[in-house]
Amino acid sequence: MRCGDAEFIDVDGLDALFRALSDRGYRVIGPTIVDTAIVYDDIGGTADLPRGWTDEQDGGRYRLVERDDDALFGFATGPHSWKRFLHPPVQRLWDAERDGDAVTVRPAAADPAPLAFIGVRSCDLQAMRIQDRVLIEGPYPDPHYADRRAAAFVVAVDCGTAGGTCFCVSMETGPEARHGFDLKLTEIIDGDAQRFIVSAGTEAGRAVLAALPTREAGDADLASAAAVVDRTAASMGRTMRTDDIHGLLLSNLEHARWDDTAARCLACGNCTMVCPTCFCTTVEDSSDLTGTRTSRSRRWDSCFTADFSHIHGGSVRQSTRSRYRQWATHKLATWHDQFGTSGCVGCGRCITWCPVGIDITEEVRAIRETAEQ
Amino acid sequence: MEGLERFIGEHPFFAGLDAGYRQIVSGCTANVRFEPGQYLFHEGEDADRFFLLRHGRVALEIEVPGRGALTFQTVSEGEVVGVSWLIPPYRWAYDARALDLVRAIAMDAACLRGKCDADPTLGYDMMKRFLPILVDRLQATRMQIMDVYGASD
Amino acid sequence: MVPIVARVRRRRRDGPGVWTLDLRSDEGAVRPAAPGQFNMLTVFGVGEVPISVSGDPGDGDRLLHTVRAVGPVSAALADLRPGSAVGVRGPFGIGWPVGAMAGRDILLVAGGLGLAPLRPALYRLLADRDRFGTLTLIYGARSPDDILFRREFQSWRRKPGLDVQVTVDHATDAWDAHVGVVTTLIPRATFDPSRATALVCGPEVMMRFAVNGLRNAGVDEAAIFLSMERNMKCAVGLCGHCQFGTVMICRDGPVFSYDRIGAMLGRKEL
Repeated sequence: MRCGDAEFIDVDGLDALFRALSDRGYRVIGPTIVDTAIVYDDIGGTADLPRGWTDEQDGGRYRLVERDDDALFGFATGPHSWKRFLHPPVQRLWDAERDGDAVTVRPAAADPAPLAFIGVRSCDLQAMRIQDRVLIEGPYPDPHYADRRAAAFVVAVDCGTAGGTCFCVSMETGPEARHGFDLKLTEIIDGDAQRFIVSAGTEAGRAVLAALPTREAGDADLASAAAVVDRTAASMGRTMRTDDIHGLLLSNLEHARWDDTAARCLACGNCTMVCPTCFCTTVEDSSDLTGTRTSRSRRWDSCFTADFSHIHGGSVRQSTRSRYRQWATHKLATWHDQFGTSGCVGCGRCITWCPVGIDITEEVRAIRETAEQ
Repeated sequence: MEGLERFIGEHPFFAGLDAGYRQIVSGCTANVRFEPGQYLFHEGEDADRFFLLRHGRVALEIEVPGRGALTFQTVSEGEVVGVSWLIPPYRWAYDARALDLVRAIAMDAACLRGKCDADPTLGYDMMKRFLPILVDRLQATRMQIMDVYGASD
Repeated sequence: MVPIVARVRRRRRDGPGVWTLDLRSDEGAVRPAAPGQFNMLTVFGVGEVPISVSGDPGDGDRLLHTVRAVGPVSAALADLRPGSAVGVRGPFGIGWPVGAMAGRDILLVAGGLGLAPLRPALYRLLADRDRFGTLTLIYGARSPDDILFRREFQSWRRKPGLDVQVTVDHATDAWDAHVGVVTTLIPRATFDPSRATALVCGPEVMMRFAVNGLRNAGVDEAAIFLSMERNMKCAVGLCGHCQFGTVMICRDGPVFSYDRIGAMLGRKEL
């Protein structure tokens, strides 16, 4: 944002933004309440947003609670992340048809509409960047992800509330959205006045912004916006030391703490489903009864299943201990070797949605405090 | 004797052996040959010798009723046949059969044991030469037990 | 992501439950594979598995894969008749460093079905025999009946400049060659350890034993190459299944030098 160039919109302006995106052909997806949780789904306007609600989060605990204001983005993160849309749980890859001995294979069709994401948090912007590295920037880009990602319009929002399991400050991924968005909003509530400081990060963002009923923001607005992220940064629910975490974990692969964790872990895979960077998939082939039409689909998989590491003879990772260790060491250590970044953005979802409340920050702390060196 | 001492000096099993010990050890040796199919020894017999192969191959076998002789290892030139002479009651635990024309140095076990007892430094040297062979065979046996190549049936 | 359709031209039994498929592509040639690379083969309606290329990279007309029927997909593959359609994606992965081995003494150490991914390297080495030092093929199988490419061994034995040593774990009466694990053949091979490169392929336990034998013989850890196996779904570094500590087998391998992965080998459930 250039100095003196700050603008803001009100709630009507936000509705205008949704209409502008919809008019440009985007499928608009944002936070909304379904089954007592804030999830990401198709939204028509600000009326669909979780106005006046926030979330209370802790290990294995998530509750919606009413706020004492009308904030539209006054919550942290829910069980969904944007990978649900960019890297969906099920992706058809191809269909094949047999005619005698001949077989014709047709790649799956692309999505009809580009996606617009409303309310993307800084941690999730970083998660997208991490998935970009994995799914686009390797030698074999995933065309499905790449197409959706290139077409998507991202409206970020600075976090005004830190969740009880958030630790983006430790992972240096938030709470302020700094890049990776087309537009960014900072929600400011001052009594009855509800404003969204808005700035563009791309040409596409500027073009949309130009069509909105904006007003010039004053110094007081900018000071309030800065205070929002400062306040959030100061109220993280969790912290994790990351210095030499690669060496720490890889030199402690036989640490007794992994057994301790395994005694609690149900190997349910929830952490991998809610994690915004976990990308693992498996494939499923299916066939009609005559074997004429066959197809292959890709679906999310989890390193917590026995099948995941199956080779002829059995699973490589038979114990829950080895599966949790694989997940945690991949996320925090070997991800660096494979992709040049951490695989963790500190969003805290794995802590909140673990049915037994296993806390990755606590596990790392325990290993650090009792490591041999 | 000179020829045998030279054979001992050339055999990998005795590589680096002190010249004085080589002479002592030579006093327990004989030059032997076996025709293809001939047995070096049989299971249950007294393990009164062991063999340093100079030429040819030897099959180590165990007779299994109904299945015939099962070979569990073949030993080639430069290697050693027989370890039972080291450990009481000094009895062979398998058959050893020459696969080709075999030339070997036969070591008299009682003679060598006596010399080792008399000079524990020589005894320790001998143990250091035999122990790696035993450990290698133990590890090879482990790998065979694991049947790593997967079932063929 | 989308396979090319190929057709089984010929099918040949190369061991118990082991079949070599000769494939030809419908839609123009499938890209030729470097020795040690693999393709993902699909039986339509059944599934897809990684299978290493086992033919001669110099023989552009034939695309060979040697398959052992061990799971539903490999069993369906091994059972395909001439004319049947097969989906092919690939070739993938980093193979044997044949191009960087000029002037070296070379040991190929194979166990069981592990000979199949090494065969393309052997063909290339033989085709360019003068560029290399000594060349030894050491092969271990479970029993004489399990020996892969049995007929081809006859011709390899007659090749000048190739020393072929075969051993079996369990012998029958008719067997008159070596008995014992494959590592016992390493000290008997002729090579200068200071300029030797070893390519090792077989079950992981066998490879770990072989590495010990090679290191004992003085071969440098950076000159020992292994072909690793893990579960694979995508073969292109996207599905995450082939994680092996710091590396992904499909993207960074399947062939690795021992000095790169040695610290992780044998680590329980890694």
